[in-house]
Amino acid sequence: MATRHAHSLARTLLAPAVILLFIWMIVPLALTVYFSTLRYNLLDPGSERFIGFENYLYFLTDPAFLASLRNTLVLVGSVLGITILIGVPLALLLDQPVLGRNVVRLMVIAPFFIMPTVSALVWKNLLMHPVSGLFAWISGLFGVTAMDWFNDAPLLAIILIVSWQWLPFATLILLTALQSQDEEQKEAAEMDGARAPSRFIYLTLPHLARPITVVILIETIFLLTVFAEIFVTTGGGPGLQTTNIAFLIYSQALIQFDVGSASAGGLVAVVIANIVAFFLVRIVGRNLEA
Amino acid sequence: MARRVTATRLIVSTAAAWVCGFLVFFPILWMVLTSFKTELEAFATPPSFLFFEWTTENYATVQQRSDYFHHAINSIVIAGGSTLIALLIAVPAAWSMAFSPTNRTKDVLLWMLSTKMMPPVGVLVPIYLIYRNFGLLDSRAGLVLILCLGNLPIVIWMLFTYFKEVPKDILEAARMDGATIGRELVYVLTPMVVPGLASTLLLNLILAWNEAFWTLNLSTSQAAPLTVFIASYSSPEGLFWAKLSAASTLAIAPILVLGWFSQRQLVRGLTFGAVK
Repeated sequence: MATRHAHSLARTLLAPAVILLFIWMIVPLALTVYFSTLRYNLLDPGSERFIGFENYLYFLTDPAFLASLRNTLVLVGSVLGITILIGVPLALLLDQPVLGRNVVRLMVIAPFFIMPTVSALVWKNLLMHPVSGLFAWISGLFGVTAMDWFNDAPLLAIILIVSWQWLPFATLILLTALQSQDEEQKEAAEMDGARAPSRFIYLTLPHLARPITVVILIETIFLLTVFAEIFVTTGGGPGLQTTNIAFLIYSQALIQFDVGSASAGGLVAVVIANIVAFFLVRIVGRNLEA
Repeated sequence: MARRVTATRLIVSTAAAWVCGFLVFFPILWMVLTSFKTELEAFATPPSFLFFEWTTENYATVQQRSDYFHHAINSIVIAGGSTLIALLIAVPAAWSMAFSPTNRTKDVLLWMLSTKMMPPVGVLVPIYLIYRNFGLLDSRAGLVLILCLGNLPIVIWMLFTYFKEVPKDILEAARMDGATIGRELVYVLTPMVVPGLASTLLLNLILAWNEAFWTLNLSTSQAAPLTVFIASYSSPEGLFWAKLSAASTLAIAPILVLGWFSQRQLVRGLTFGAVK
């Protein structure tokens, strides 16, 4: 029968992708679990031995872990806050009748296409430099002492750079959602005498609830592992001030070569990401008719 | 649909939108301007905005000193190669899930999505060690492989949502007329899915071009793409802002153009169809 033939063909077509993704998911993760139970340092080869949960104990009680967890949460939370709080009004503005809207849209979306190493270095050197950066010149115009961003407020500097990169994403998704809003409903409300603020609160905001949730979840997945921006600007410092969990694991793995402890940390990062992923997958799944 | 738009409102919203757009875009504009200054001028306070002596010497220096083209070719090979291979694997998979779905298709799709949510840093150690043992560190093949696997879920998802939109009736009509699966694929399906394929290709080129976790950790010089090339400017020697700007402009220009073309597909690709 044709259907059985078609089904086995379908399975054959699907197989390579499923097998590859399965290997990609299982093998490295299993190795991470395995390494995390070993005392294993690349600088001291041949000394590997099983130590159970000691790496977890070491990683989780390390003061660097708490500091980097805090930094990760501050970074994710602040960037989410900034991109949503600026993204919503910006999307509303772009949804208005604007001359040359397409050009404005292009300008707003541009930062998203800039590679992270470029954004971070351009912001650090051209804008935030304490002597010759543009911000220093602007604060000079107002008679304020220029801020030495990467010494005085390094985490804030990183937050601003990452927010600039993700603002376009939030704005574009919210704008797309706004454009699918029911115009007639809005007009009916306007005719009935609803003022702009109440139209926003009772019609637009509920309409945006879902896209805002999606923005928050997707941004969180990516923001939990911000790496390149920290790598090229501060290297996690001064001290631990800009070390997030991703950077901490990197430095344990490829600077201190402590494979065991870095693997334990990696699994902690996987667990944190999975909590967020759980909610995102549920939302996406509800929307999917397969 | 006629909405009453007063002239004042149009002017106010236009002005506000342009100011906001300009502010967001400004760092990029400033970088491009700086790339045409001399190093002295790039460092000068107060800064000059347009009235400086325009020079292109930085672009020449960047190529001479750090071999820009070598890294640009690496970027092209890595981003292009990983995207093409991902498409080769993803097209049959997405096709089969969109056109002969089973009870488990939804679960398979969501499972694929969940592999994208694994933080790369969680598997940094084993991947690094595997690559070291197989001699894949600092090799283009290694980066192609990892970026291909990393983006595969997104590619499959995007293609799935596009394939899903192809009207089933047309396929059935073709089948009734006696078209084989091969003919159906070439004459009926392909023309309808080319736009979706193209935007999937574009979006994934952009993602792979800008990927900066695996490229920074797994390559140093030979296979280093532009992300790593730019990172080498983080340890400055003397005055280097104009050169940094020139190198950066060169690194982002091609992808910025592609990005502007594909911006409408971006929403769909990155939200997995959750926002339309």
